[in-house]
Amino acid sequence: MLTFTIRRLLLAIPTLLFISLVIFLLLELAPGDPMSQVPLTVPPEVKQKMREALGADQPMFFRYMLWLKQFFIIEPLHILGAITGIDLAGDAQRIISWQSRSPVADIIAQRIPQTLTVIGAAYVIGVLIALPIGIYSAYRQYSWFDQLGTFISMIGFSVPTFFTGVLLIVIFSVNLGWFPSIYDTTLKVTDWASFLKQVKQMVLPVSVLALYNAAQISRYMRSSMLDNLGQDYVRTARSVGMTERVVVLRDVLRNSMIPVVTVIALGIPTIFGGAIITEQVFKVNGLGQLLISAIHANDLPMVQTLTFIFAILIVLFNLIADVLYGILDPRIRYD
Amino acid sequence: MTETSASPAALKPPRSQWRDVWDQFRTHKGAMLGLIVLVSLVLFVTIGPFFRDAPELTIAQQIKLRNKPPSFEFPFGTDQLGRDMLVRMMEGGKVSISVGLVAMLISITLGSTVGVLAGYFKRLDGPLMRMTDLFLALPLLPLLLVMVMLFREKLSGALGPEAGTFLLIVSAIGVTSWMQAARIVRGEVLALKEREFVLAARSIGTPPRRVILRHVLPNVMSPIMVAATLGIASAIITESALSFLGLGFPPDFPTWGRLLYDGVEQMQLFPARVIWPGLAISLTVLSVNYIGDGLRDALDPRIRGR
Repeated sequence: MLTFTIRRLLLAIPTLLFISLVIFLLLELAPGDPMSQVPLTVPPEVKQKMREALGADQPMFFRYMLWLKQFFIIEPLHILGAITGIDLAGDAQRIISWQSRSPVADIIAQRIPQTLTVIGAAYVIGVLIALPIGIYSAYRQYSWFDQLGTFISMIGFSVPTFFTGVLLIVIFSVNLGWFPSIYDTTLKVTDWASFLKQVKQMVLPVSVLALYNAAQISRYMRSSMLDNLGQDYVRTARSVGMTERVVVLRDVLRNSMIPVVTVIALGIPTIFGGAIITEQVFKVNGLGQLLISAIHANDLPMVQTLTFIFAILIVLFNLIADVLYGILDPRIRYD
Repeated sequence: MTETSASPAALKPPRSQWRDVWDQFRTHKGAMLGLIVLVSLVLFVTIGPFFRDAPELTIAQQIKLRNKPPSFEFPFGTDQLGRDMLVRMMEGGKVSISVGLVAMLISITLGSTVGVLAGYFKRLDGPLMRMTDLFLALPLLPLLLVMVMLFREKLSGALGPEAGTFLLIVSAIGVTSWMQAARIVRGEVLALKEREFVLAARSIGTPPRRVILRHVLPNVMSPIMVAATLGIASAIITESALSFLGLGFPPDFPTWGRLLYDGVEQMQLFPARVIWPGLAISLTVLSVNYIGDGLRDALDPRIRGR
C-alpha cells in the first residue's frame, strides 16, 4: 500500500508539471501585457527596466521556470514563514497580482475561509442527505419513495445551479423575504444573534449546492446498495437469523460504502468548480468569485495561480480516492 | 447488427434492430415525455420565429415599449430595451440548442476517435489514455473561462462577433468534454477486438481502417449514442454557465444563459425574465437526460425484449 501511494505521488509530479505547462502556455498566448497599466508618461527605458525586473523579457522557458520556482518554493516558504513567524523566504520575488499589486497568496488566503464555510457546509450536508436517501431507495426499490428520489435527483443534476440559485432568491428573498440574497462576508460571529444571521445567509447557497451534490451521491449510493443487496452473503446473513437492521446497516452498508467514499472524495475538487457559479449568484467573495473577477480584470498571475490550485486539488483528491479504495477494499491490491 | 432498412413495411417478419430499440424506448415513460418536450422546444425555437418577427420600430416607439408586463401582444413581456421577450427566447434557444448539438458532435468525434484508436492499436493505447487522464485532471470550468477570456476578442475580430463567439465556445466545450466518451468507447473496442468476427475479418487480410469502419464502429454505436445524448445536455449547461458568468455570447446575440444573466440584474422587479430562460434550459436538459436514460435501456440487448 505504501509503495503504491509513493508511486502515485511520484506519478502526480509529471501530471502537475504538464498541467502547469498547459496553463502557462495558454496564458502566454494572451494579448495582455504587464506594462499595460503603467501610465504613458513613464519613459520607455524605465518601462524596459520594469519589464526586466519582472523577468518579462526573458525567454519563455526561463519565465516558466521562474513561475514554477515562485509557486513551489517561494510561496510555500512565505506561507510557512507566516505560520511560524520566521522569515524564511527573505525578499525573493513573489507572485504579484496585477490588479491589487499585492501577493496573490495573501489574497487567496483571505478568500479561502468564505469558500470553505459555504462550500464545505454544502458538501457535508449534501452527503448527509444523500446517504440515507440512497440506502432507503435501494432497500425499497421501485417504491414510491424510490421513484420520488429518482425524480428529484434527476431534477437535481439537470437543473443548473445558477437557475436553482436565482429561483430560490426570487422565492425566498424577493417574495417571502426570509433570507438575504447577498452573503455578507464582513459579518463576525460573536454572539447568538450574529450566529443566527450567519446561518440565515448561508441557507440559500448551501441548499443550492447541497441539492446538486446530494442528487449525484444518492444515485451512487443507491446503485451500490442494489449491487450488494443481491449478493449471496446477504441471503446467508438473513438465513442465519440476523435481524434486517443488522444485515442492511452493518453488512450491506459497509460494503456499499467503498465505491461511494471514493466518489465523495472525487467530488470535492469539482465542487470548487461548481462553487464558481454559486458564489457568483449569491455574491460570496470566495475563491470562485476571485477567479471570475481576475478574469474580467485580465489579472493573469491570479488566474494562473487559482487555476493551478484547482488542478492540484483535482490531482490530490484523485490520489486520495485511489488510496482510500485500496485501504477500504481488501480485495484490491495494487502491488 | 444489420443495416437499417428504408421501408418499415417490409420488415415485419424479421424485425430490425432499430425497431426493437424503438419499441423498448416507447415503454420508458420518462424518455417518451422527454422526447415530446424536446421536440416541442425545438419546434418552438425553429418554427416559432417564422410566426413572430421583431417589428421595425423607431427608437421613440421602441423606448415606449420598455418593461411591458405580459400581455396579449407580448406574451412574455418586453425587456429593458423594449425587445419582445418571446422573440428573444426563440432566438436564444436556437443558439443554445445549436451550441449543444455542435459541441456534442465535436466532443463525440474526438472521443470516439481517441477511444477507437486506443482500443484497437495497442501501441497507441498507453499514450492516448495517459493524455485522457491528463485532460481529466484539468480544472475544466476555470480553463474554459480562461480560454474564452483570451480568445474572444481575437476571434470576434476575425470572424465577426456572432460566428467568432459561436466557434470559440463550441470548440472550447468540445475540446474539454470528450474524455468520458473516449474511455467508454475504448472499453467497448477492447472487448470487441477479441471477438471472432473481427478475427475473421483480420484473417482474410482486411486492413485495420476497414475493420474499424465496417466491424468495430457499428458495434460501438450504442454507447456512443448514449454518450452523445448526455453530451448535448452537459454542453448546453456549460454554455449557459459561461454566458451566465458574462463570458459567453454578447447581449445582442442572446442564448438562454445570456438572457438569464441579463435578467438577474432586475430579478427583484421582473422575476419572469430569469424564470423563463432558466425554465427553458432546465426543461431541455431534463428531457435530454431522460431521453439518454431511455436510450441506454433501449440499446442494451440484455434489457430489451424483456
